[in-house]
Amino acid sequence: MLIRRAPDLTYSDVTPKSVYLDRRKFLRAMGIAGATAVAGKGLFDLALPPRTAFAATQFAGLIKSPFSTSEKPNSLNDVSHYNNFYEFGTDKSDPAKNAQNLKTSPWTVSVEGEVKTPRKFTMDEILKLAPLEERIYRHRCVERWSIVVPWIGFSFNVLLKLVEPGPKARYVAFETFYDSRQMPQAKYGGIDFPYVEGLRLDEAMNPLTLLCVGMYGESLPPQDGAPVRMIIPWKYGYKSIKSLVKIRFQEKEPPTTWNRYSSDEYGFYSNVNPNVDHPRWSQAKERRLGDIFTRNTVIFNGYGDQVSAMYNGMDLKKFH
Amino acid sequence: MRSILTSKWTKVAVFLVCLTPFCDLIWRIIKSNLGANPVEYLQHATGDWTLRFLVFTLSITPFRKLFKLPDLIRFRRMLGLFAFFYVSLHFLTYLGPDQSFDPAGMLKDVAKRPFITVGFTAFVLLIPLAITSTAGWIRRLGGKRWQMLHRSIYFAAVFGVIHYYWLVKSDVRKPLFYGALVGILLLWRLGDWFFKRRSQAPARIAAPTVSVNG
Repeated sequence: MLIRRAPDLTYSDVTPKSVYLDRRKFLRAMGIAGATAVAGKGLFDLALPPRTAFAATQFAGLIKSPFSTSEKPNSLNDVSHYNNFYEFGTDKSDPAKNAQNLKTSPWTVSVEGEVKTPRKFTMDEILKLAPLEERIYRHRCVERWSIVVPWIGFSFNVLLKLVEPGPKARYVAFETFYDSRQMPQAKYGGIDFPYVEGLRLDEAMNPLTLLCVGMYGESLPPQDGAPVRMIIPWKYGYKSIKSLVKIRFQEKEPPTTWNRYSSDEYGFYSNVNPNVDHPRWSQAKERRLGDIFTRNTVIFNGYGDQVSAMYNGMDLKKFH
Repeated sequence: MRSILTSKWTKVAVFLVCLTPFCDLIWRIIKSNLGANPVEYLQHATGDWTLRFLVFTLSITPFRKLFKLPDLIRFRRMLGLFAFFYVSLHFLTYLGPDQSFDPAGMLKDVAKRPFITVGFTAFVLLIPLAITSTAGWIRRLGGKRWQMLHRSIYFAAVFGVIHYYWLVKSDVRKPLFYGALVGILLLWRLGDWFFKRRSQAPARIAAPTVSVNG
């Protein structure tokens, strides 16, 4: 339920005691106050468009990627107003409301662990690591909805090769920025923060694995993981970690947030697979945002040609 | 207060208020104002309103007794039927968009998914209550049997809350909120029954032949 209130009216403005005592006058005053509240709200909305601290940067000269699907992308409005970003609230509409003041500048991504050259990257440095590509990927959430998004970025393996992982580096751990003051809604999320994710090294090196800095020709909105995130299109959406601050190469399989929360429901691999159900619901189908009816989910989200070889001989039910 | 509760117009007003969530949804459908995932919006909204109306229905008896307002009973059937109205819409959003109106596929899903199983059970439990909500059915069944049958709303409400709890991923605040409301309303009944039994016990010994139904 939505309770609208004019911003400048206080309780005493609406019902002064002298008016309150006279029932007739009171009722009339209520009518006027109500009308004022409605009109005031309308005018207020007109005069002040929604406050956004965030201003998108346009990217020019993007390279069209051969990895792009020809499917029709969802609208920017849908992709930026239907988000899972539990640091900013658990309702899909929460992040668009609560993430707008996320401080994304200055921003550094620290690369640590089993690498020859551990270092910190600023956002400017990341943007200059490789020519930016536009990649239109399918994105499948574990909750059975899917979208098609024109992401912007470059293969994560560009950065990976630059830092030169050592022989002990078998996994990559990722960490999302966390600040309880900027993310006061996080405490209701039910999961631990900072949010962490991980990939096997070969998965991280797969050319499909995208270090993503934008979408729809612009920099990422905060609710979509500004200023830099991962996109792993053949895995469930929660693997594509947002607002990245730390990358760590290591020998052991890193803990991942949803797996820690419930390991039988969210595996480390989390490859999109219509044959392996979530314990509480089927993964055989999905609803593309904008559709009424569902469509069949495809194994590896349709990216089997590029990724299935990495899982040869692996029991995908056991390592779900 | 009595005259307000017994007025025909109050009933009409309550009916219209109960219908506003439905009108809001229709309006949103016309205006394409259901967000990025319209089907999910409809599923969540109708599910929420079902639980709310179950809570409203279950509140009538405690409120009647606590505030000595027996006339509140006039609204109980309507609130219960609105719960059934919203759960029917909720069911249709599942049968249609999710299951493509395929009853066989739906029953397989019902059998396989615990959260669907409890939700579907709650819905099925409410069907006979909606059917037998008329005065004719109360007469046909007899007050006592009718009352026994309609106690299955307790199970429907509990199953509805479990259904919601099993749906969410990690933020369980809203299902727990509904769970707390249903819990309080059912515990009140338990307490009421317990105290009534205790206070009635000596009377029964004194007059064992008096039948309750008269």
